[in-house]
Amino acid sequence: MKALRQFFGANMRQYALFGFLIVVMAFFAWQTGGRTLHSENLQNIIIGWSYVLVMALGMLFVIVMGQIDLAPGSVAAVVGICLALSIKDWGFPWWAGILFGIAVGTAIGMWQGAWLAYIGVPGFITTLAGQMLFRGLDQHISNGQSVPVPPQIVKIGSGFLPDWGPHTGFNNPTLVLGVIAMLAVIYREIRRRGKIVRGGGVVPPTWVMVARLATVVAALAILTIAFANGRPGTSFPVAGVIIVLLVIFYHFVETRTTIGRGVYAVGGNKAAAALTGINIKKVYFIAMTNMSFLAAVAAIMFVGKSGSTGLSDGNGWELDVIAAVFVGGAAVSGGVGTVVGSVIGGLFMSILSNGMFVLGVGSDWSAMIRGLVLLVAVAFDLYSKAQGRPSITGAIMRGLRSRRKETQGEEQVRPEVAKI
Amino acid sequence: MSDGPVILEMKSITKVFPGVRALDNVSMSVRAGEIHAICGENGAGKSTLMKVLSGVYPHGSYEGDIIFEGQEVRFANIRASEHAGIAIIHQELALIPELSVTENMFLGNEVATRGVIDWIAARRRVVELLARVGLDIDPDIAIKNIGVGHQQLVEIAKALAKDVRLLILDEPTSALNEEETANLLDILRSLRSRGLTSIMISHKLNEIAAIADSITILRDGKTVETLTVEDGSVNEDRIIRGMVGRSMESRFPSHTPHIGERIFEVRDWVVEHPQVPGRLVTKHANFYVRAGEIVGFAGLMGAGRTEMARSIFGRSYGIWHGGQIYIDGREVEVTSVKEAIAHGIAYVPEDRKMLGLNLLDTIKGTISSAGIDRISKRGVIDLEASAAAAERYRTAMRIKAASVDVGVSTLSGGNQQKVVLSKWMFTEPRLAILDEPTRGIDVGAKYEIYGLINELADQGKGVVMISSELPELLGVCDRIYTVFEGRITGEADARTATQESLMRQMTDTAA
Repeated sequence: MKALRQFFGANMRQYALFGFLIVVMAFFAWQTGGRTLHSENLQNIIIGWSYVLVMALGMLFVIVMGQIDLAPGSVAAVVGICLALSIKDWGFPWWAGILFGIAVGTAIGMWQGAWLAYIGVPGFITTLAGQMLFRGLDQHISNGQSVPVPPQIVKIGSGFLPDWGPHTGFNNPTLVLGVIAMLAVIYREIRRRGKIVRGGGVVPPTWVMVARLATVVAALAILTIAFANGRPGTSFPVAGVIIVLLVIFYHFVETRTTIGRGVYAVGGNKAAAALTGINIKKVYFIAMTNMSFLAAVAAIMFVGKSGSTGLSDGNGWELDVIAAVFVGGAAVSGGVGTVVGSVIGGLFMSILSNGMFVLGVGSDWSAMIRGLVLLVAVAFDLYSKAQGRPSITGAIMRGLRSRRKETQGEEQVRPEVAKI
Repeated sequence: MSDGPVILEMKSITKVFPGVRALDNVSMSVRAGEIHAICGENGAGKSTLMKVLSGVYPHGSYEGDIIFEGQEVRFANIRASEHAGIAIIHQELALIPELSVTENMFLGNEVATRGVIDWIAARRRVVELLARVGLDIDPDIAIKNIGVGHQQLVEIAKALAKDVRLLILDEPTSALNEEETANLLDILRSLRSRGLTSIMISHKLNEIAAIADSITILRDGKTVETLTVEDGSVNEDRIIRGMVGRSMESRFPSHTPHIGERIFEVRDWVVEHPQVPGRLVTKHANFYVRAGEIVGFAGLMGAGRTEMARSIFGRSYGIWHGGQIYIDGREVEVTSVKEAIAHGIAYVPEDRKMLGLNLLDTIKGTISSAGIDRISKRGVIDLEASAAAAERYRTAMRIKAASVDVGVSTLSGGNQQKVVLSKWMFTEPRLAILDEPTRGIDVGAKYEIYGLINELADQGKGVVMISSELPELLGVCDRIYTVFEGRITGEADARTATQESLMRQMTDTAA
């Protein structure tokens, strides 16, 4: 048990969810005779759900600071149509269209952030209004028509990395990316360990590190092969690369920046944050602006995938995104949640939907099952918290722990409670 | 008046909270038809005793017996005590501002047949009840539109509507002005003449001396004595002696101050209450702190010490109406918490859990949270510096925890307070304002905190310590200001001051 805890380290909640993810994937693979694990299907999952994963990164910060954003779907629709029309009617080059779309999204985010931060309208109301307002704006601008986008943008949404180098039978760029990821993971772990040791801290034994790294590297290797051995001309999707870069960036924001700490402080205890010198209005403003910025990024990827804008673009997106963040372990009351957890939550929901789709489960049952999964995940978190434990993991661990005598003193109980 | 039969007897009540013995073998008896006052310092156990009596703390959560009207009673909740004829009116009124007087009056006690409210009958009763408390107001007016004094009377009328035989008032005059207070006391007298028994908790000794028939004094959770006013022996000094009469043991580390120049001064500071227009919570306060000096602020609950401190700390409370802050003799503008921190002011709030800590955070995250700018460049935090600082304070402040990655919610009160102190020491302040730094902390940890406060002073910082415990102020501080209703009413050298002399100034009682 102690070894298990050392292996997982502080982020047990994420590992547990990750474990469930593996179980669900294995279940669908077994039920579909491995079809869900074919590279084509994996590519479809990434491409098809990229907009949810991207927006979950923004929604995470909004939810952690104790607010909610109901508007990103409508914002994405407006951005999509602005992008498409600026290229088609105004003659913008494709890259200028992208910049314009991002500018529109960011401006909308500032508008919503201003209402929340400086006028004090609760985020729920501000963004409910935004949802209607920008849905209407989208309809007004598009005038009911679907506008196509140029091939460069299609490439961003649903394209693949160009192949080069020797003929290996695999997609070489995907292999290279996989190897870089593995090396990066190993390098980071070793560097972190070195820093802790130099700082006089205590590290888990070497075998723990080796075992942990071996598991992660093996998982990455499997994923690399899976994405690299698809049809010729396919690879790890461009959308996937964008998502990975964004995840790294926002993980950095979460853990290493003052604004990231500010978001958690405001969500954890607003009054205490104010007395700590944190500018609550600024935190609100930035997080809301960032959410709409990411809605714009998601919109670009989505219209790229579709090849054109559509009237129903963005409809109900916010609900998928919010569900992903909560399944990923964020607390409704704020202050709790991680970027990585939200992404895993999004992947979990996407793999669930995709698996049921491949299995031929109707959309009626699929929606019901996803609803129940969300309900159970959040109920579990709340229940665990009421027990003084943070998560699904806590409940699993409790069963294991009860067999072991509690030897820790009252002052040093359960470090994982703090972290999650 | 107080020769009636005994209506209430509380026998050997003991109530223990985790780590604190709030009531220790407390007994009191109340005679029918009297006004019985309960006095004691903050934390003496007055409110706890009344919560035991009214069923807020249900039977089984305390030891001892309650005998009401000759029968032993065991209340499971407030409803049960109300049913028996005991009503409590809390310091914070429990009226719903948007509802009318009538609606409030019968809330939870509606005049109804099978769930359908009979408003006509209700209206008739309201007028009658309001008359009993001397109120002549429109029963349809919303509660928010009448003053606090009238709201207090509506609360009493509401209790009367429930056929109450014992009325408990917790600090009924704390929010009232003099005229309203006089009116309330008149109403209580007239209710007494109709045979209503009441128990009144109050800090205002002049009111108690004026109205009470008998007085029970609590100190440190124990009954000290019960005085009968008819003896004629009771005046404010007599009550004060009962409230504070305790020996000063060696509960404080010895400390020789090294006092330097004035480093911090506040002049003519005026603050208005954020919600109640026109009510000043700080009235032209002047004070100063010297390097290496520990300055105490004594006052009863609600005297306005916290409000003043928070207002000075970057105007984080109330509406500032004037006054200047001088640091090292130079006037500075401090209009936000960030500026206050930058000017070397630190404020450790009295309510650790509500205002001092993010309970979801770790020790490490908490310690660097206020001084985050010291370890970050362009918004990017140096995590090693953060960890190193946390380790440094864990050692220096003797924080008992497995590691600095432990969540602060898992720590004991004393260790949480050390984490909060570390958080503020990390900002390297010139002036540390500590608001009730030892509240809710056990005796051993208190001693350690006193030692840390002495160390701060020895580093040449100025320390302001707000405390409701007079022995603590006398034991730790070098100089003490007394505050009463937002005014600084006195300044005393801690070596010569006594609890009695401070208490007199804290209650603004002429000697």
